[in-house]
Amino acid sequence: MVLSASLLYGLCGAALIGLGLYGFVVHRRLIRRVLAFNVIGSGIFLLFGAAAYRDPVAGSDPVPQAMIITGIVVALSATALALALIVAHARLARSDALPEDDRSGDPDEGRP
Amino acid sequence: MIASIFDLTLCLVILAAAGAATLGRDAFMAVVFYIVYGILIAMAWLRLGAIDVALAEAAIGAGLTGVLLLAALARVARKAGKEPASAASVPATTIATALAALVITIGIAYAFLTLPEPQGLQGHVAENLAASGAENPVTAVLLNFRGWDTLLESIVLLAALLGIWTLAQDEAWGGRAGLRHVTRPGSVLAQFGRILPPIGLLVGVYLVWAGSKQPGGAFQGGTVLAAVWIVTIMAGLMQAPRVADRALRAALVIGPVIFLALAVAGIFAGAFLVLPPAHAGWLILAVEAVLTLSIAATLAMLVFGPPEPEEKR
Repeated sequence: MVLSASLLYGLCGAALIGLGLYGFVVHRRLIRRVLAFNVIGSGIFLLFGAAAYRDPVAGSDPVPQAMIITGIVVALSATALALALIVAHARLARSDALPEDDRSGDPDEGRP
Repeated sequence: MIASIFDLTLCLVILAAAGAATLGRDAFMAVVFYIVYGILIAMAWLRLGAIDVALAEAAIGAGLTGVLLLAALARVARKAGKEPASAASVPATTIATALAALVITIGIAYAFLTLPEPQGLQGHVAENLAASGAENPVTAVLLNFRGWDTLLESIVLLAALLGIWTLAQDEAWGGRAGLRHVTRPGSVLAQFGRILPPIGLLVGVYLVWAGSKQPGGAFQGGTVLAAVWIVTIMAGLMQAPRVADRALRAALVIGPVIFLALAVAGIFAGAFLVLPPAHAGWLILAVEAVLTLSIAATLAMLVFGPPEPEEKR
């Protein structure tokens, strides 16, 4: 099997999903988790776009393209809301991590 | 062969940037790498023949998401003070997570390699393109064939903004969105704030206009226009609008409202969201124009955030 562009970007998308998942789990800072969530998202988009490009003769398929554009905008909306919630959380709890994550580290960290 | 070497290099650089963005120790550096990563992903979309997606990714994925992350980082640093440790300190958890992520990646890669033969929808779109009112197939899908997606997406944007506004503190409600920006006169940002807007306005409007025939459209153009507004306000040349401002609120809802009205009017032409082919061309252009205004206003307000009380200095 020839290493086509579609195959290459599809595998790249799969690797990005794994990388994003890892970052999403290990980070305690909520902002880093939102960033990792965005890496997972763009990995999924890349996987989807690459799957739609497996037949280069037919050209790229406009339907997945339109769905990915919609996805990018929805991901931005979710990111903006999540970040606003994190800022509000930081204002009230004086911490950038969830209470259970704060406790598992330094016991006094994140207390007002 | 040259092409595949380029693709291979691009994939490796994408993975390196994503690695720095997810695994890096410093949060600020991670966000900067994320912006670089977004631009690289936009190049990958160009290689996959998806120019519309490349534009959207560069403008929204890299640009706006990057600005949002940087702004949130600054606000949290001011409020939270001490930073928690950046990563879990338990090695067993880290190793287990890495293994699980690896297994998931291999699973997805295997599924991708064993996908059945592609049965694209290019043919169907090309057959019906003449009746859609747009010459750019992606615009035809977005605003006609799958209009539902776009209608709901414009409402999702509004819903996110409402969610953000509900996080405003009571005493700040009705005030100007976000923090007030002050820049030194003659600084880089103040200069850019004067030079970029005219160019950005031209590019934004052009992207919307060109979207019916060539790559571009309401979302890409609207994002560029939002960026122009954001730069002007960050440079301190203008102030963000008050969230209670009626003109602002009208701009936020006009796109989804007109799109929805058109969708309901479609019932008389056959069914919900049906555009009569004879009028589809100008109807799509009109919907795109008002959608662009609403998208630009909503995206900019998402970046400014909820109104904040005056800081005590």
